[in-house]
Amino acid sequence: MNIQFRLNGKIMEIEAPPDRRVVDVLRKDLGLTGTKESCAAGDCGACTILVNGETRLSCLMLAAQLQDREITTVEGLSNADSLHPVQAAFIEHGAVQCGFCTSGMVLATVHLLTRNPYPTRSEIRAGIAGNLCRCTGYHMIVDAVEKAAETLASEEDS
Amino acid sequence: MKTPFIRHSKNGPLQIGASIPRHDAYSKVTGQEKFAADYYGENLVWAGAKRAGIAHGILKKVDCEKALQVPGVLCVLTHEHISGTNRQGVVRKDQPVLVNDKVRHRGDAVALVLADSEEALKQGLVLIQCTFEELAGVFDPEEAMKPGAPLVHDDIAQNVLLHGEIKTGSGIEAEKESDIIVEACFSTPHQEHAYLETEVGWACVEADGKLKIVCSTQTPFRDRMEVAEALGLEFSGVRIVAPYAGGAFGGKDGVTVQTLLGLAALNAGSRPVKMHWNREESFISGTKRHPARMYYRLGAKADGTLHSLSVRLYYDTGPYDHLGGVVLTLGLEHSGGAYRIPHVHLRGWAVYTNNPIGGAFRGFGVPQVNAAMEQMMDMLAAKLNGDPLTLRLRNALRKGDKTSVGKTLVCSTGLIDCIQTVSGHPLWKNRNAWKSEAPRFKRRGIGIAAVMQGSGYGPVVPDYANAKVELTVEGAFRVYCGVVDMGQGNASTNAQITGSILGQNATSIELVLPDTDRTLPSGSASASRCTYTFGNALIGAAEALRKRILQRAADLFMVPNIEEMVLVNGAVKHLTTGREIGLSQFAQFLNDSERISVHHFRAPVAQEDLGISANLRLHGMPHTLFSFGAHLAAVEIDELTGILRIERYMCASDCGKVINPQIYTQQIHGGVGQGIGYAISEELNLERGTILNPDLSTYIIPTAKDVPDIESHAIELYEPTGPFGLKGVGEVAMNGPLPAIANAVADACGTRVHESPLTAERILRALQSKNREKTG
Repeated sequence: MNIQFRLNGKIMEIEAPPDRRVVDVLRKDLGLTGTKESCAAGDCGACTILVNGETRLSCLMLAAQLQDREITTVEGLSNADSLHPVQAAFIEHGAVQCGFCTSGMVLATVHLLTRNPYPTRSEIRAGIAGNLCRCTGYHMIVDAVEKAAETLASEEDS
Repeated sequence: MKTPFIRHSKNGPLQIGASIPRHDAYSKVTGQEKFAADYYGENLVWAGAKRAGIAHGILKKVDCEKALQVPGVLCVLTHEHISGTNRQGVVRKDQPVLVNDKVRHRGDAVALVLADSEEALKQGLVLIQCTFEELAGVFDPEEAMKPGAPLVHDDIAQNVLLHGEIKTGSGIEAEKESDIIVEACFSTPHQEHAYLETEVGWACVEADGKLKIVCSTQTPFRDRMEVAEALGLEFSGVRIVAPYAGGAFGGKDGVTVQTLLGLAALNAGSRPVKMHWNREESFISGTKRHPARMYYRLGAKADGTLHSLSVRLYYDTGPYDHLGGVVLTLGLEHSGGAYRIPHVHLRGWAVYTNNPIGGAFRGFGVPQVNAAMEQMMDMLAAKLNGDPLTLRLRNALRKGDKTSVGKTLVCSTGLIDCIQTVSGHPLWKNRNAWKSEAPRFKRRGIGIAAVMQGSGYGPVVPDYANAKVELTVEGAFRVYCGVVDMGQGNASTNAQITGSILGQNATSIELVLPDTDRTLPSGSASASRCTYTFGNALIGAAEALRKRILQRAADLFMVPNIEEMVLVNGAVKHLTTGREIGLSQFAQFLNDSERISVHHFRAPVAQEDLGISANLRLHGMPHTLFSFGAHLAAVEIDELTGILRIERYMCASDCGKVINPQIYTQQIHGGVGQGIGYAISEELNLERGTILNPDLSTYIIPTAKDVPDIESHAIELYEPTGPFGLKGVGEVAMNGPLPAIANAVADACGTRVHESPLTAERILRALQSKNREKTG
């Protein structure tokens, strides 16, 4: 079917079977491999994308559900000149190891900080609990989210 | 080629000891990094394996007729299409690529399907019909050793892959001289690596006939040999490329998809082929941490001095050797923990069963025995009415002491400093107050554990690396990394080492990731040896290149001494006059061969003859370099549900000097995180070799809510043989959480759970039986 949506700010029109998984549309049809797939069952959060600004799992979402939606993948968070504060904080504070959970974790953080701009460490942990990471023990991810919240708050102030 | 991340605030010459953000962080956080999972390409062929689905049996027939009728299915391959040995394995090559006679576990690959699409592949796999003559299986290592038990391999009596035995002093005879004996049996489960990037690769036969395989692996150079032998190719006809892996932890130490992919590519014309195991396939066919049953008897003098130890270990290695013999050997070597014990009798068996394959996993046989020994120490302390920390301090290994297999410690040994860091910590000092503040229906406990981990390959198998550094014509330095970065950050550390020696910023360093055609053989990414071994080689290569550049620049500037010349970012400078020449210009003066420097390093090994059998030596005993640590866990248990929460966690680790504190701490945190999963929730539930929980909703790895903040202290003793004084940090932290948490649970409950993980069910059962004891 013909599907129109907005992807990382650009208007898209694609032909895809309505039941094609969004993770396949992104990775295999559109070449956006920043979105990762790890469990294909909604358990791990690696394939997290933002749909109208909210986290969704692209392995559980079908192409037809893209219609008229605003989709953000990790590739759409930054451009060559500037990083999203969440990305910058992940780099600076050691939140990245193997990197396979990173895209989903970054996007989950972006959504968390729009819902709750001043989260406690415990709220951060709850906010990213749907995204599994096998490398970091989460500590530095929580650090990075805290720092990103501070940066976003100070940008807001200025 | 990797472009360095340059937008961090600490731009300047790279320095040892600085927390510089990782080289790969920018590309990973923006989604640009290309993992093996991200390779597709035009005209792609999808390959997948038909799994046996039975635990033990003779393969009678593979019927491909129906599968071949599926539109889009290109071909179905069986063992008959393989012209090489059709065998893979690291030590004993006992695993078929495609089953030719006997199925030994449910995950065995029986046939390989090639298709134009994933959908056609799926249909084709379902429609292959296999006929088996099923055989009785063995699913418990001790049962498997009994006379008359079915044999997994017909040529291996009693299913014993490896038996090891170590006796020191007067062995178990010395028990008579012990004043106190503590005895217990512990069991630990299969642990799944659960890396987020499941086993995956991409392959094609290139125009020159070479088979190129891009895959998620820890062992590209060994893979090349395994693939070539199994498929009957020349080594030079195979090229393995290893991008950053999306986690590995030992589970990609050895062939996963590689040989099947190679076979597929050889039968796909010149089309590229992709194989990507889904999560269930990764559970069923991938390797696991060996489950262990461990019988311990520990004897001590009345003053708490350890005197004797008797150990029997049974490691379930599943149907194939993989690295099972080596894993058991490391377990045996560490079974006495980090203590002086003059008389030991240690015995261990790695036993074939029809369960999932046991293999390498961070800690490599040590987390099992360390959990047992550290619980024995707490039990002994309790029997002595003594303090568990003081007991550990009394017996802790110091430099010059002998380990329990008799190896004299010659490496830097900071165990006592680690234990003292714990003893001085408020969590330990104020433990009684904290415990007494437990809310209603909650119990609190504090537990500690000492840890120790040998690194490298042991006395026989050479642990070497070959580093190569190039001054490019553009004036940058290119590091050819021979050891895989599976997420642990060693590639970044290589950049840091090179930049620090050659005076360069991160922007001036390029990394070439392992590629058998471009980088040099440097062993596996395993055994806590990556930066130790490769780093030593890299120092040699970078130093030689530095001297060569300075000498040639001194010649060019007509300066007599190279001491007057210095490398600065992008240039060589004459200190006295301040004259500079840019490296891009300077590179023009050098012949191609002069711009490249190569250096070989082989790790030192134990020299002394301890009377250890040749077979155990081949399997890695003894080591000569060890990292140490001490861990503390503070837990709270709900009396009504048995649910355990880890409230606080701290550890102190001696892994030598630290090159990059951030990357170092990442390794400690990661080891603790996986160790917490091992301690509280992770186990495969098996029924006659079938995994009942082959997914991440029923096999529970920790989320951010299950792991507390982790306080990590580095005890930075200088290790003279290490690059800049470092020792390995990759594994040692994995050994702490299970015993520290088990000891904390015992402290809270007044009773011990001998079987891990410490699930709510097991804790509740222990509490209930304790209550019955009280009331009865």
